[in-house]
Amino acid sequence: MIDFTLEKNLQNADGRLQLELQTSFDDGSFVALFGPSGAGKTTVLRMLAGLTQPDRGKIVVGGTTWFDSSNKINLPPQRRSIGFVFQDYALFPNLSIRHNVAYGTGKGDNAWVDELLGLTGLTALQNRLPGMLSGGQKQRVALARALARKPALLLLDEPLSALDAELRSQLQDDLALVHRRFGLTTLLVSHDVGEVFKLSQRVLRLEQGQITQSGTPAEIFLQQRVAGKLNLRAQVLAIRREEVVYILSLLLGQDIIDVIATDDEIDGMRVGDIVSVSAKAFSPMVSR
Amino acid sequence: MSYDWQPLLLTFYLAAMTTAILLVIGIPLAYWIAYTRIRIKPVIETFVSMPLVLPPSVLGFYLLLAFSPQHAFGQWLDHWLHVKLVFSFAGLVIGSVIFSLPFMVHPIQSGFQNLPASLIEASRTLGKSDLTTLFRVLLPNMKSALLAGTVLSFAHTVGEFGVVLMIGGNIPGVTKVASIAIYDEVESLNYAAANFYAMVLFAITFFILLTVYVMNKKWVRAG
Repeated sequence: MIDFTLEKNLQNADGRLQLELQTSFDDGSFVALFGPSGAGKTTVLRMLAGLTQPDRGKIVVGGTTWFDSSNKINLPPQRRSIGFVFQDYALFPNLSIRHNVAYGTGKGDNAWVDELLGLTGLTALQNRLPGMLSGGQKQRVALARALARKPALLLLDEPLSALDAELRSQLQDDLALVHRRFGLTTLLVSHDVGEVFKLSQRVLRLEQGQITQSGTPAEIFLQQRVAGKLNLRAQVLAIRREEVVYILSLLLGQDIIDVIATDDEIDGMRVGDIVSVSAKAFSPMVSR
Repeated sequence: MSYDWQPLLLTFYLAAMTTAILLVIGIPLAYWIAYTRIRIKPVIETFVSMPLVLPPSVLGFYLLLAFSPQHAFGQWLDHWLHVKLVFSFAGLVIGSVIFSLPFMVHPIQSGFQNLPASLIEASRTLGKSDLTTLFRVLLPNMKSALLAGTVLSFAHTVGEFGVVLMIGGNIPGVTKVASIAIYDEVESLNYAAANFYAMVLFAITFFILLTVYVMNKKWVRAG
């Protein structure tokens, strides 16, 4: 059981932000912290890890108090049972992959390190240096390294945001596998709806420093889609004129489509605008 | 004609000792300056950087006063440790250490500041103390900075003249280092001797630096 109450006054580009939250999760749950940039998500993770100090609050993990401002308890990160995966991976450039993963473990844990390397598909790469690895491989190392101490709480700070869609998907599967295998309580910071949906059992929506919503991914994200109309958001890449109509090239997710648009629809539109694409008759063809 | 190698040996011995001492005190000092947020930090940084702009004779003069047995510190040293630092090799070492301090501290401080903060944080989240982090993560990733500090301190000490002249006293075999010897020989119009010292100094420092840059290039390529 993980309970925490955190308060912190943040200073960001837009001014001051008061971060205030109180929540708890069950052991073994996979929770996502979702919200726009600047809402304070990374700060929450850092406060749980002990890398940033809250102004006020209390953190209790599995019966142990990690932080209590009223009793002046503040365990340093070394004494908290955490695994942290940083957005920039933070791999140690001077150590091989194996030594990076084994960094948090003791002397006789070779079998455990082997198991971690095998699980994350890194066995063949274990003697290489981080500088020779691709982004996806580095992220796997960061994950394996964070798991090495068998932490009570696994904290993932937008671990996949620097990767392309296909790699993201593969690594999301790895994260799901790891969670099923070890049953670690995991807190994932992400702004990718698909990822949150795929991996988490519970979502906390953080906006302007406050938790505005808390529930399952379905409860948080599927509320709006009740109408029987297909409504998509796309970005305008190009506007071409063909005789009496305009052809709009739109970026829909990762796909590019061309649609016909009339003068009225084009009015005021510029390349780069985010537009809404909707179809009234709702029977699209769906196939694998 | 055989030349006296003493001044050269003395010079390199002084430079080696100074550099070794500076590594031991420079790394903790640079670490502290790089990471502390204490308010008087600018004052400390100023003191460390002073030897860069202070005329060597000023430093030499104050050290002379400090070491002199007629003043408080010198008196204390003489009375309690039976040590006279004025006109001694030990005094030269102390003077060189103070004078070359910024040449060791600044590159290492930059080295620390150029490492991503997430490296230290990652090490902490993996249960390691800051001391372990320093030796296993930080220093191994700052080899260029450590090398720069070592080389600059060494070279700067070899070239020292003003401070050494003030507190050394030009005693052959004790404080007559190569830079003083060259000056001495020129004053006595022994240009051949002066040229000998100058050329040897030039050649040896050239090859030390060359070796260092070649090694640095290998590290950069491997890293």
